[in-house]
Formats: sequence, C-alpha cells, structure tokens
Amino acid sequence: MLIRALHDEGVEYVFGYPGGAALHIYDAIFRQQEVKHILVRHEQAATHAADAYSRATGQVGTVLVTSGPGATNAITGIATAYMDSIPMVVISGQVVSERIGEDAFQETDMVGVSRPIVKHSFMVRDQRDIPEIVKKAYYIAATGRPGPVVIDVPKDITNPFDTFPYEYPEKVKIRSYTPATRGHAGQIKKAVQLLIEAKRPVIYAGGGVVQGNGSELLTELARKLNYPVTNTLMGLGAYPGTDRQFVGMLGMHGTYEANMVMHHADAILAVGARFDDRVTNAVNKFCPNAKIIHIDVDPASISKTVTADIPIVGAVDSVLTDMLALVNESDEVPDAGAIKNWWQQIEEWRDNHGIYVAPRYQQAESGKIMPQDVIKTLHEVTKGDAYVTSDVGQHQMFAAQYYLFDKPRRWINSGGLGTMGFGLPAAMGAQMADRDAVVACVTGEGSIQMCIQELATCTQYHLPIKIICLNNQALGMVKQWQDMQYGSRYSESLYEDSLPDFVKLAEAYGHVGIRVTKKEELKAKMEECFAMKDRVVFMDIAVDNSEHVYPMQIAGASMRDMWLSKTERT
Amino acid sequence: MRRIISVLMENEPGSLSRVVGLFSQRGYNIESLTVAPTEDETLSRLTLTTIGDDHKIEQITKHLNKLIDVVKLVDLTEGAHIEREVMLIKVKAAGAQRAEIKRCVDIFRGQIVDVTASLYIIQITGTSDKLDAFLQAVGDASILEVVRSGVSGIARGEKVLSL
Repeated sequence: MLIRALHDEGVEYVFGYPGGAALHIYDAIFRQQEVKHILVRHEQAATHAADAYSRATGQVGTVLVTSGPGATNAITGIATAYMDSIPMVVISGQVVSERIGEDAFQETDMVGVSRPIVKHSFMVRDQRDIPEIVKKAYYIAATGRPGPVVIDVPKDITNPFDTFPYEYPEKVKIRSYTPATRGHAGQIKKAVQLLIEAKRPVIYAGGGVVQGNGSELLTELARKLNYPVTNTLMGLGAYPGTDRQFVGMLGMHGTYEANMVMHHADAILAVGARFDDRVTNAVNKFCPNAKIIHIDVDPASISKTVTADIPIVGAVDSVLTDMLALVNESDEVPDAGAIKNWWQQIEEWRDNHGIYVAPRYQQAESGKIMPQDVIKTLHEVTKGDAYVTSDVGQHQMFAAQYYLFDKPRRWINSGGLGTMGFGLPAAMGAQMADRDAVVACVTGEGSIQMCIQELATCTQYHLPIKIICLNNQALGMVKQWQDMQYGSRYSESLYEDSLPDFVKLAEAYGHVGIRVTKKEELKAKMEECFAMKDRVVFMDIAVDNSEHVYPMQIAGASMRDMWLSKTERT
Repeated sequence: MRRIISVLMENEPGSLSRVVGLFSQRGYNIESLTVAPTEDETLSRLTLTTIGDDHKIEQITKHLNKLIDVVKLVDLTEGAHIEREVMLIKVKAAGAQRAEIKRCVDIFRGQIVDVTASLYIIQITGTSDKLDAFLQAVGDASILEVVRSGVSGIARGEKVLSL
C-alpha cells in the first residue's frame, strides 16, 4: 500500500535500511519492480544520499528506515536537509500501535525526536489514511520553503493481510497551509525603482535561487543591469562562477571583493538568502549604507537578523520574472556613470586582493601540494562540469572558493548544519540522479571517516564516484582556529599516526586507490583518476598541513574586516 | 511588552507539542497557555501570553504561522480586546478572617464556591492584573492554594478569528 502510494507519487528511488518494524514495507518492495531501493550501510547515509539526489534533480528525496535506532540514525541527515531547506520524505517504521508508549523493543518517539528539525510530521493511525498522508507529505516537502517531512508508520498499519479499497488522491488541499507564490506587485515596483536608482548595487543570491529554479532569471536580470553578483555558500552556481560580473562567494571565507562590495553597497538585492551569521559577520555593523530588498518564499526569513527595507514574500522564479518585466519595460535605466565608477572600484579591489586574479597563497616551503591547487586542478581536469559534493572543513571552503560553478545544482554541500560525513553518501545520491555524470567528492581525511562504510554501497550499485581526499593529517579547520585563537594548542585535532592506509582501504572495498604526494604528479594522477570512468577511485592527496583558509572575516567586526593571509589584514 | 496571541489550529495529536516546542526551540517565553477545542471539533483555540519587543513578536507570529497545523492567528494586543482569566483559590478562613475575606471577595466580584469550618474556596474571574490584585489583598498568610487558568481572550467588535 505504502509502496504503491510512493510509486503513484512518482518516486523512483528509495534510500534505506531494513529492520523489524519496517519488514512488511520491505516485503512489498521485494514484490514489485517500479520503486527501486538503495541499500546503504548506515541510515545517516540514506538521508544524505536522498538529500543530494534532491539537490541534484530538484525532486523530493525519499528515505525508508526502521524504528528506534534506524530512526535516530537518520536524525543527522534530516537536520542537515532542514537547515538547507531540502525537500525530503523520511518514512520510519514504528512498533505496533498497541505497544507505543510501552518502551517496546526498538521503540523511539520519532515524531517527537524529529520535531524541531522537520517541516512537518505524520503518525499514521489508520491504514486507509496512507495514500492521503503520502500525498500531503510530498506536497508539503516540495512547496513553499522546502524541507524534510517524516511519516512514522506503526508496523500493524502495513500488515499485508488487511486490505481495503485504494485510491491515490490527485490533488491535496491543506486548509492551514498556503505557500507563497507571487510577490506583491507594489513591493516589486518599489524594489525595481530602488535598484535602478542605485549607484553601488549588488545582487546577493543564496540557495533559494538554486532551489527555486531562479538561476536563469537571476542571470538575465544581473546581465541586463550590469550589476555585480555574489553567491552564498549554498547559492554557488546560481550565477555562473566564471562570469565577469561574479565577484565570488561572500561571508566568513568569501572573497575580498565580494565582502567589500557588500560593505560599500548602497542597494542590496538579496534573493533566496537568509543573512546567515556566516555571511553578515556582526549584524550591527552589516552594510551600513545599504537599502535592502529581500526576496524570500519564507516570510519568517525576512527581517529575522537584518531588517529589510523592501521585503518581498514570494517564489523566487515568479518574483524575478515580474522584476525582469518591469526592468525591461521601464524608461529609466541605471546611471551608467555611477555603475562604471562602481565597477572601476570593484576591479581595483579584485586586482589588489582578489583570489582569482593571481594566486594569493604561497607555495609551501616543504614542497607539499597546496590544497587550493588540488581544487584548481580538479576544475581543470573535470572542465568545471562535475557534480562536486563536499564534507565540512577547510577542503569545503577551498572547493567553494576555487571550483567555479557555472551551473546550479552542481555544488552539493552541507551549508547550514555543517555535517561532516555528508560528502560520500551525497556523491552517491548525485550519481544516482545522473548515472553518466562525473561526480567528485571533495573531502578530508577526517570527514571521510565519518561515513566511509558507504564505499561498500558504491560497490553494490556500481556508483563510480571519485573521492578527492585532501589529507593534511589533522582536522584542518579546527586546527586553523586553534592557530588563530588558541595559541596553536592543538587540542584533539591531530591524528598523529592513526590514519588508515586509504589506498589499501579503497582496494579492500574493490575500488582503486591512488596516493599523491608530489606536486609534479598531481595533474597526471588526477587525469588518470577521472579516466577510470566505471570505477570508484579514492585519491589520497597529501597536502600542506599548515595552510589556512583566507580570506577570513574577523569575528565581531563588519564585512570588510578580513584576514587576507597569516600576516595581512584589511 | 506583554502580548496575547490567539491561535486557531488543527485539533490533532501533536499540534500542541509543535507550538510549545517552537517556543523552547527558539528561546521564546510562554507566560501562560490555555487550549481547548472550539465549536468546530476539528479546530482548537490556543491562547498564549508572551513577553517581547516588536521584532520578537513578529518572529513568533511568523514562525507560528509556518507551522502546518496553525490555521490562523491574531495578536489580540494589537487592537481592542477582552481578556479573562479564571482563578480558584483556597484560603484559610477562621474567626474574624471569615468576614474580612468575604468582604474582599465581594469587592472583587468573586464567588465563594466551597466552604468548610476553616476555609473558603473562592472563584474569581478577570484580567490577570485583577487576579494579582486580589491575591495581594488577601495576603500570603491566608493563601493555601492557587490555581489559575491562564489567559483567554477575544477581539472586541466585528473582528472574528475563524475559518
């Protein structure tokens, strides 16, 4: 019944792991062909894989786990999806209805445990409700500001011997849920007016542009106006990374020019971004001269941390379409002289400290490979067209800075929650979404060990992902903070001699392992790696372990206050 | 500033925990909370009082509105409204105290709803301020037990919170 409802909903893949309370459902999976199940090695990986499948395709990811530990293991992945607003439906088995509340074997209050990290949740109390609940769950997950939805299913509800007439609803209406669609016409008009009159404008685009399929519209608007664009960590790819108008990522590890543009702007068009603390730095010093237009589908995101002068609640694609139409119709045009001066200023910032104009990092005296060079080489070898997933830490920031994403949905990382262990299962999800695509997982020797068991899943389903492990033998980002703020006291951030031999480990799972230690061989080995199209390749790359990620904003200050290297600051 | 937020929500298991959870999760305060089904049994009406500046209250109402179970809500303190709270209070009432307390109850338009040789149970209805004032008038020394219902409220005039 449940599986039939998933099929009727159009679900192609379910990522999951069986167990007692879910066995009726698993038997139903066995007895049909349409809905395909991917057996992971840990429930956390199921959620990350479904999450990445969603990020890559725009469809809702589906997860199936059992009760108790199955459900709680899924929690980290649900929280990850919640923070990044990723549509996902998680079906968890539950003990039989009459045992609920008795501390039965493998019982956990999944609806209660997951409550703060889901958009909504359902407990099925009657079999006949299954079709409607499934329909509602997918509708809620995918519409408005997307997010994960949990369906908790007691075992007796899926008893195959209870039969009843089944009909899958075509549409569903929830009286208490009406997601925003079109933006307010008057507000949009005011916003366009402000934009056109701006002398130092900037477009600040976040993950909502990617999720809301607004990239093309945003690009058209930005080009039409000739305004600079910065993307958030979640928004990378929303505007082409190699375009002249792109000033790079903003925020804590954003580019010098992006943060300067923001700080000095007189008008900010924020689209599908939420003024996260990793973007704004100190809120009271944030962009002192700027009028702010904030477009978001979620009214609660607007004026949450930074007050918007012109709030627009609506779906990004709809609002951008309306704005473009107004800009195209308008007799007024931006002040060409002012915009020219603004660009001159931006170019000056770029030339002085921009990371794309010239390398701003020193080669290590030890002759070790620089992590930035690995990402640049990856970009070159994959022609900038790979799906890149990442874990969390220095490697994530290097990837975000140096792999210039030209298309949306290609950069898949845990931006909000910052979940180590995300990268490998996410790469599996991306590869499931596009079986012919090149998928690279940029990771570190710390993060990769948090979900390394998934190398076995890659074997079982022939998912030829490429793992680019920046091995600096330490928790790099923790170590960087310890260098900068704790007098280089490396409390529990060094692995010393405890790291596994990743090449042998990869081989043990039936994959290919490549170790790179010399600069000269990096490019050739990476080409060799990506030439093995049907194999999983684990590249263990020894990188300089003293390198820090720069620029780095100075805590408690404004956006323009940054460390540019270990010794230079603004 | 003290606010009274009135919420119309689906009368379903888990709805209340979502509302209460939201407050603890986002660090908002609940001063009082009452909830009961309405004349339409699929809906519950929940009234809560909270304290916060305009920015905080705006966030609270936005987040409450985001909950799928919440159908509609209104901040009653934004307009003219009636608020009531019911209090049951058990007080020592012996000797000369008996008459004194009876007078006090009359002044506050309360009712004595149960009597023994040594105590009264008093029921009193009004705004929270009035109930506070009554407690002060009776004095801590004679109070044995206090039960307050929490605030309920409704907007004055034509305004209606319904489907």
